[in-house]
Amino acid sequence: MPIDRAARSTTVAVRLGAVVLSGALLAACGGSSDGAATDGAGGKVTITVDLFGSFGYKEAGLYAEYEKLHPGVTIKQTDTEDEADYWKSLQTRLAGGGGLADVQGIEVGRIASVTQQQADKFEDLKKYGADGLKGQFAEAKWAAATGKNGEVLGLGTDVGPEAMCYRKDLFAKAGLPTDREELAKRWSTWDGYLALGKQYKAKAPGKSAWLDSIGSLYSIMIGQEEERYYDASGKLIWEDNPALRAAWDHSVQAAEGGLSAELDQWSPQWNQAFAAGSFATIPCPAWMLGYIKGQAGESGKGKWDIAALPGGAGNWGGSYLAVPKAAQHKKEAYELIKWLTAPEQQTRLFEKQGNFPSSTGAIEKVAAATDPYFSNAPIGKIFGDAAKAAPVQVLGVHDQNIAQQITNALSEVERKGTAPGKAWENARKGVANTLG
Amino acid sequence: MTLTAPATPPPAPAPPHPLPTPRREPTVRRAWRKASPYAYIAPFFTLFAAFGVFPLIYTAYVSLYRVELQTPGDMEWRGLGNYTALLGDEFFWTALRNTFTIGVLSTVPQLVMALGLAHLLNYRMRGRTFLRTAILLPYATSVAAATLVFAQLFGRDFGLINYVLGVVGIAPVDWQTGTVASQIAVSTVVVWRWTGYNALIYLAGMQSIPDELYEAAAMDGASRWRQFLHVTLPGLRPTIVFTVVVSTIGATQLFGEPLLLEGSISGGISHQYQTLGLYMYEQGWGFFHLGRAAAIAWVMFLLIVVLVGVNALIARRRSRKEAGR
Repeated sequence: MPIDRAARSTTVAVRLGAVVLSGALLAACGGSSDGAATDGAGGKVTITVDLFGSFGYKEAGLYAEYEKLHPGVTIKQTDTEDEADYWKSLQTRLAGGGGLADVQGIEVGRIASVTQQQADKFEDLKKYGADGLKGQFAEAKWAAATGKNGEVLGLGTDVGPEAMCYRKDLFAKAGLPTDREELAKRWSTWDGYLALGKQYKAKAPGKSAWLDSIGSLYSIMIGQEEERYYDASGKLIWEDNPALRAAWDHSVQAAEGGLSAELDQWSPQWNQAFAAGSFATIPCPAWMLGYIKGQAGESGKGKWDIAALPGGAGNWGGSYLAVPKAAQHKKEAYELIKWLTAPEQQTRLFEKQGNFPSSTGAIEKVAAATDPYFSNAPIGKIFGDAAKAAPVQVLGVHDQNIAQQITNALSEVERKGTAPGKAWENARKGVANTLG
Repeated sequence: MTLTAPATPPPAPAPPHPLPTPRREPTVRRAWRKASPYAYIAPFFTLFAAFGVFPLIYTAYVSLYRVELQTPGDMEWRGLGNYTALLGDEFFWTALRNTFTIGVLSTVPQLVMALGLAHLLNYRMRGRTFLRTAILLPYATSVAAATLVFAQLFGRDFGLINYVLGVVGIAPVDWQTGTVASQIAVSTVVVWRWTGYNALIYLAGMQSIPDELYEAAAMDGASRWRQFLHVTLPGLRPTIVFTVVVSTIGATQLFGEPLLLEGSISGGISHQYQTLGLYMYEQGWGFFHLGRAAAIAWVMFLLIVVLVGVNALIARRRSRKEAGR
């Protein structure tokens, strides 16, 4: 069974290098056509965009429109589903300095790493006049992407105001109320949510569970907190943070009560479970709406609904678009991200895909939006209220990695029946190992 | 060989004396004649030096420092610190243990099955060539494609294997979370991919065993099974040693299958199937600790050297015993 170097590099290439390779190929192709562009002949430019998860630009038709507005510009997008994989490959390419796209997406949990550790690897967008855009964006969103020396390292795409998505049809079968207002009242606290879950479990239709995974439960609860893993001075506080501990305890309760479908977020099984109706509720930040539509498909239309989140407003995720120093077409890339993050486009993206705008102008515009897929839920109002009330979070360099270790430990409780105390200890060891 | 013809001088004219004193070759030509073999193998060794030896040495150098991928310029001297840290690193030992158990779980059935298959394919039968080629097909598929298919088969909720188990009345197995179950799942992919490959190697070895031995054995009334035990196996000993060595190296470096089973670089939620290769990858490209990853890489390298050495010793001892008999 010689897994020799060739075989190994194949795998690495698949997971991490496929993007690099395609990036390099694109760069190579782009190189030749650029020659023409700088000669002033064809004026053709291919802008490469490398993203993760579902930004939804292609789906919302924004690329097509941009190409129409700018003849000669072609946009090529590559996409990695799992953000952790995406980040890994981005870091490798940043270190090597090759294979980078013109536009790279950055998750908000990583933006501190960019501003604090890698400010020299990304373009300061002030060079291209980004200063003038400041007034468009929510203040916290803008501040998080600003480096030590005031450089602007990315433009905010969306934010992740939180709500609870649920399957109305499953609720009805289990004899629970289906009205979103009433549900919001019944689960005004997390304890209320868990109590309702127990009620659901008693009469659950099919083999469906109350919740997709306690990993997503933990993530959405931690999104309601201002301080999570670090305090404002940059000190690591997660172990002694009572808010984090409360989120942990509620997640453990959900696991021990058997309320979870025991899925792993972003895994193929999780994806399949949307269409199969394996769970009745899923904590959903605004950007999750597009993902649900994608996975549950047409047949899910009208079965879903959205209610306000238990325990108050929160924010989970939201991203930035940045231009690496090694990009081929920096100026064109800036023009593109400026357009994509402008209020009009953010509004359209929200209406089509549900990604909630980070632009202050757009937030007002979408206040009345509803979504037919989610039983005409007033998504503009639900997510708008959440966005206004969401705390401004303290971001740290290793937020994402620490969260991953804690989620892993919670999954142990959920799927292996590990004692919570032991799992907490495992999380501590995992975090120590991560930080090295 | 005719390939070297341009380098050798044309045949000399018939010598005037029966025992001529050889004419002195021109020095340049003679020098070339001596150097040419080196020149021909030079490309390989140049590439090997550039892509084999240099990375090895550079890895050793990096393993003595604290280096992070995000700030590769800041190297902080740690001496052997990265190595000593591994001794107290629970995750490292878990990975080492997993590498061993998955290695045994995959290598042993794989080689035994390969031997059996090769023995069968060695018989005269219809479509032999087709079958011999077909058996190599799993090896020709990429690890990624194979593992992704197997990951679906082993799925907990919608996987085919659990469905079949359900038909027989066995409760669904969580192939990704259970320690033993997940290691069996990983090993299955490995066995599936490499059995045919090893079978072909054994087959080649079997072809070099003289037919007379089988004929003689048959005349003595030995059954097929006895022939296998007393003719095939001893004849295959060098081949078996080779496959064991190669498989051991492969098992120590196992990486793609566990990585892709769940797409988790930590080898599952509690590292239940994280191999050394995967742990190195997690340290280097998950947490960006390049120095620590380099130390793990070197430990793996040394481990392979030791394992191969032990293998060679055992093989040599056995053959000496045989010779002494």
